[in-house]
Amino acid sequence: MNPPLLAVEHVMIRIGGLVAVSDLSFMVERGQVVSLIGPNGAGKTTAFNAITGYLRPRQGSIHFEGQEITGLTPERIAALGLVRSFQRTSIFGSSTVFDNALMALHLRGRAGLLAAFLPFSTQQEEERLREEAMTMLGFVGLLGRAGARADSLAYGEQRRLGIALAAAATPRLLLLDEPAAGLNPSETAECMALIRQLRDRGTTILLVEHDMAMVMRISDRIVVLNQGRIIADGPPEAIRRDPEVIRAYLGSAPQGGAHAAA
Amino acid sequence: MSALLGWGFVAAMAALPLVMPDPYLLAVLTSAGIFIIGAISLNLLLGYTGQLSLGHAAFFGLGAYASALTSLGFDIGIGFGHRLRLEPQPVAVGFLAAILVSGCFGWLLGRLAFRIRGAYFVIITICFAQVLRMVALNWVELTQGPMALVGIPPFALWLPGRGVVELYAKNQTYWLVLGVAVLAFLVVRQIVHSRIGRALVALRENETLARSVGIRVTHYLVIATVVSAAIAGAAGSLFAHYVRIVDPDVFLFIYTVTMVIMVITGGKGTLWGPVVGGLIFGPLPDMLRGSAPPEAQWIAYGLAMILLVMFLPRGIVPAVAGWLPARRAAAPLPAPAPSPVQGGAG
Repeated sequence: MNPPLLAVEHVMIRIGGLVAVSDLSFMVERGQVVSLIGPNGAGKTTAFNAITGYLRPRQGSIHFEGQEITGLTPERIAALGLVRSFQRTSIFGSSTVFDNALMALHLRGRAGLLAAFLPFSTQQEEERLREEAMTMLGFVGLLGRAGARADSLAYGEQRRLGIALAAAATPRLLLLDEPAAGLNPSETAECMALIRQLRDRGTTILLVEHDMAMVMRISDRIVVLNQGRIIADGPPEAIRRDPEVIRAYLGSAPQGGAHAAA
Repeated sequence: MSALLGWGFVAAMAALPLVMPDPYLLAVLTSAGIFIIGAISLNLLLGYTGQLSLGHAAFFGLGAYASALTSLGFDIGIGFGHRLRLEPQPVAVGFLAAILVSGCFGWLLGRLAFRIRGAYFVIITICFAQVLRMVALNWVELTQGPMALVGIPPFALWLPGRGVVELYAKNQTYWLVLGVAVLAFLVVRQIVHSRIGRALVALRENETLARSVGIRVTHYLVIATVVSAAIAGAAGSLFAHYVRIVDPDVFLFIYTVTMVIMVITGGKGTLWGPVVGGLIFGPLPDMLRGSAPPEAQWIAYGLAMILLVMFLPRGIVPAVAGWLPARRAAAPLPAPAPSPVQGGAG
C-alpha cells in the first residue's frame, strides 16, 4: 500500500516555553482537499510552519510521500514537492507580476552559474519558464497585470498572486494559509473555484481557513484543532454535527460558532 | 536600445585618450575606473542580495597583495623548518591569482557570515577587513609590513606581432582598466539576468517567500559573494600593478566607503548605478584639487553626497529611469509567450 501523501504523527511544538501544539496527528490522502480548522490560537498556522520547515517540532515526525521531512529546511521541503502560501500577503513587492511568477518557478529550472555565461544553453529553459509563468498568471486571471509592479495590485489580486506563487512549481501538496482572508464574497467564490481547479490539476490541498461556509463546501475532509489538540477528523457533514466541535466553537469563540452551526 | 547606449558609452570612453590625451585626466579616470570595478562587484552583493559588505576593501586588498606577491615572488617559512618559495611569475598569473585568492576568501566569508545576516554580516565584514590589515602589517616576512611591497612590475600584455609588452603609458593602462571594467560589468549583467539573479532578487525582496518556493538561501548568497569577491580581487590586482606599491592601507575602511558611496549614489541594484556613481565620485576629489583648498574639497564631496542621498534616495540611475516615461512603459512587459490564445487577449 502507498504511504499517505502527508502523515503528521504525534507532533508537539513549543514556542518560547508555550506549548502551541501538544499532540497533533493527521493524514492527507492524495487528490483531496483537507481543511484544518479551529478557533483562533488553536495552532493551525503553527502546524503549517512545522510541516513546511519554518519551525522545528519538539517531538513527533512528519512524513511526506513516505519520506521523513521533520527538521528539513523550507527550501528542501519545497524541492520535494510540498509548498505553502502565507497568511499575510506575501509577494515580491517591487518586482513585476511576471517576474514574481518567474521567481516562483525557480524549482522548474536547472541553470547554474556556468549557464549564466552561456546564454544559448539556457535559452530553451528560459523560454519554457516564461511560457509556464504566463500560463500560471492566466490560470489565476492576472495575465493582464503581468507588467505591473506586484505591490501596485489590488488586495484581492495580491492574494491570488500569492496562491499562484505557491502553486507555480506544480507541487504535489499545496498548503494554503487562509487564502480567503479579507476577501469579499465574490472574490471568495473565485478563490474557491481556483482551489477546485488546482485540485483537478492533480494538486492535493491542505487548507487553513476561517470562512466556514467555504470550508464546508470545498473540503473532502476536515480536521478540527482546539488548544493544540485534534478534537475531530472527518467529512464535512460529520464535523457539522460533532458535539465537541460545536462546544469548542460556541464555548470559546461565540462569533465563530455562528458560522459552525450555520 | 539600452544595450546600444551602453556600447556607445564604452566606445566613447575608449576613444577618449585619442581625443584628449591629457595624462592627468587619464590617470584620474584610470584610478576611478579601478574603484568602479570594485563598486560593480560590491553592487552584486549590496544591490542584488541586499547584504551590506562593509569590508569589501578586504577582497580588493587581498587581490592587490596576491597579485603583487605572485609577480614579485616570495620565500617564507611555514614552520617545522620548511619554506614556501615562489619564483616571480608573469603579471597575468598574478592577476589570475588575485581573482582566485579573493574568490576563495569570498567563499569562506560567505559560508561563515550568511548564517547570520543583516547587522551581524556588516560587523563580520568590517572585522574581516581589519584582521587582514593586521596580518598585512605584522606578517613582515611575506608582506614587508608597513614598509610596503615595492617595485611591483607594471601590467604586461601579449600583443600580436610585438610579443609581451609592458604597459607603462597612461593610455595603455587606461584601456586595460576599461577592458576589465567592461568584462566585470558583463559578468554581473549575465548573472543578474539569469536564474541565479532572479533567485538573488527574490531573497532580497522576501526571504521567507523565496525559501517557500525552494530557493536555497546560503547557496545563492555564497555564489554572489564569491563572484563579487573575485571581481574585487581583479580590481585590487589592477590597483597593485598600476600604483606599483601595495601597503596595508589598501584594507582601510575609506576604500570600502568609496565603493559604497559609488553604489548608493549611482543606484544600488541597477547595473549602471555603480558606473554612474563611480564616474561622479571617483574623479571628484581630483577634479576639486585644482580649484579648492583641501578642506573645501572634502566639504564639497560630503555635500554632494548628502544632497544626492536626500533628493535621490534610490540613486541617480533609478531616478533618471523614472523621468523617462517611455522607458517605464516599455520595460517591464515581457515578450508574450508564443501561445495561440494570446491573440484574443489584447
